[in-house]
Amino acid sequence: MTFVLFAEQVLNGVQLGVMLFLMASGLTLVFGVMGLINLAHGSLYMVGAFAAAGVAAATGSFLLALCAALAAAAAAGAIVEMLVIRRLYARDHLDQVLATFALILIFSEGTRWVFGSFPLYLNVPAYLAGPVTLPGGIQYPLYRLFLIVVGLAIAGGLYLMIARTRLGIQIRAGEADREMIAALGVDISRLYTIVFALGAALAGLAGALVGTIQSVQVGMGEPVLILAFVVIVIGGIGSIKGALVGALLVGLTDTLGGVLLPRIFATFMDNSGATSAGSAVASMLIYLLMAAVLFLRPRGLFGGAA
Amino acid sequence: MIAEKYFNAALLGGLALIAFWAYGADEPFTITLLTKVTILALAGVGLNIALGQGGLISLGHAVFFGIGGYAMGILASHAQSYQPMTLGPWMIEGTKSMPVIWLTAMVSAGLVALSIGLVSLRTNGVYFIMITLAFGQMFYYFSISWPAYGGEDGLSIYVRNSFPGLNTLDPIQFFGITFALLLLALLFHAALVRSPFGLALNAARQSPERVKTVGLNPFRLQLAAFVISGVITGLAGALFADLNRFVSPTMFSWQLSGEIMVFVILGGTARLCGPVAGAAMFIALEHWLGGLSEYWHIYLGLLLLAVVLFAPGGLIGIVTRREAAHD
Repeated sequence: MTFVLFAEQVLNGVQLGVMLFLMASGLTLVFGVMGLINLAHGSLYMVGAFAAAGVAAATGSFLLALCAALAAAAAAGAIVEMLVIRRLYARDHLDQVLATFALILIFSEGTRWVFGSFPLYLNVPAYLAGPVTLPGGIQYPLYRLFLIVVGLAIAGGLYLMIARTRLGIQIRAGEADREMIAALGVDISRLYTIVFALGAALAGLAGALVGTIQSVQVGMGEPVLILAFVVIVIGGIGSIKGALVGALLVGLTDTLGGVLLPRIFATFMDNSGATSAGSAVASMLIYLLMAAVLFLRPRGLFGGAA
Repeated sequence: MIAEKYFNAALLGGLALIAFWAYGADEPFTITLLTKVTILALAGVGLNIALGQGGLISLGHAVFFGIGGYAMGILASHAQSYQPMTLGPWMIEGTKSMPVIWLTAMVSAGLVALSIGLVSLRTNGVYFIMITLAFGQMFYYFSISWPAYGGEDGLSIYVRNSFPGLNTLDPIQFFGITFALLLLALLFHAALVRSPFGLALNAARQSPERVKTVGLNPFRLQLAAFVISGVITGLAGALFADLNRFVSPTMFSWQLSGEIMVFVILGGTARLCGPVAGAAMFIALEHWLGGLSEYWHIYLGLLLLAVVLFAPGGLIGIVTRREAAHD
């Protein structure tokens, strides 16, 4: 395997990682601040992708489509928070799992009702299409590079927001002690709605960005949601830094495993056997990584002692 | 207000009576629907032991359902093609005998439950939910990418497996087998709840610290409950595969894990017959709403949301007017 091919796969892994980070950061924020496990986060990812596909088809503008994804997912998040999620904060995790599972059913079938069962496609805009040549002679699609840059920029922005702004202070205070910040006069239910909508917007953006390289269809959110869970379990629940590290680890493991394992197996097996065994084991690799991390650190890499 | 035991008797008696009516009226489709209810209820009885008694919110029970299904599929496919399976130095003949298949399904599901439990019970709360969900996805993707037994397309078994002395292709006789197994599982559950193990397990759910102070190990109690739970759900998986004469990766899907959980909650968590009531209601809704609208999952979602928000005791909770199954 050449260096160039390897470097390309590393970039692919990073690209998958930063998109997972967009999902995982919202989930982990919502869990950290409100103590809520939200299975319907994948539905917000889907809402973003469908909003983007709809607006892109109507206007032809990729930028407008991304704005629509952010707005639609944030609005859907805020509405769902006010109607349903708000009633679940005081409930146990079982009720949260069931109610958000019910929300998945409603979102998925609702979307199928409106858009039909056929997948939609979002096109890469002309100014982001085509390959670029990176140092070292690596040819890489510009759009995927754009995804990496956007993902890392959002990670940086999120860090600044949480570390430096008033909202960030309130979020951190909410993670530390909910009752206390309510007692100090922060409008806690407004804060919860904002945090939930923020997480939803990030998921919606990820849906639109990834929807452009894959297809936009009902049920696209849940596999990503479960990967984001793996990320959070590895990184530690409630930790944004953990989400970033976990997302990159999962992205790289999944991508490199899929490419390297069949080649490694081929050194001691015949070719067709190596391909099938290699890809079968590669499909399990991130879960094995998760199991290994749990075995060493049951609270994840950056999880607290709680 | 109706006492729970009368409700249970009416529910199980009702299932059997409808089956006999359908047999008399020559309605094999109704019998098949009822068989589906009993099998899914059996899967729910399995989950109910982990979830209701142990408090383990497993969102990955489709793993055991799928393992049971594939145990049936793999053994029957080898018997069907007369090709023995080679496992290292051993040659294993396939089989079409239900008892052997059930035993294999239960043992394999138990071993998988043991290994998943050993890792995921090191944690608790939301971690446990996410991890069981993730392991479910692992088996799903593995079954898709492993081509030996059909991969994504699944595996068809042309003739239903056999049970000594019965004609399993006759719907009412196959229903009888599944119903008898469901009754056995319910008796087992009732005995387990009253046994010292069941009491200790319930105590471990309520307060692990106190269980530790009396010298019991909550981890082992929960692991044992998780394995028993997986074994029962695995048996249900083998039966479900036999009902459809087909196994595919969808038996491992996270939606199925969610649905098994829905049966338990819809009926009433930790209630003896909660999964039976839940599965019956689910199949009835699927049949009735599915006829009304292609998008019946929306109504299912709304109903589920209403149950969670306004009727936490599930169906049996409404009927008996008591929210909690535990006193």
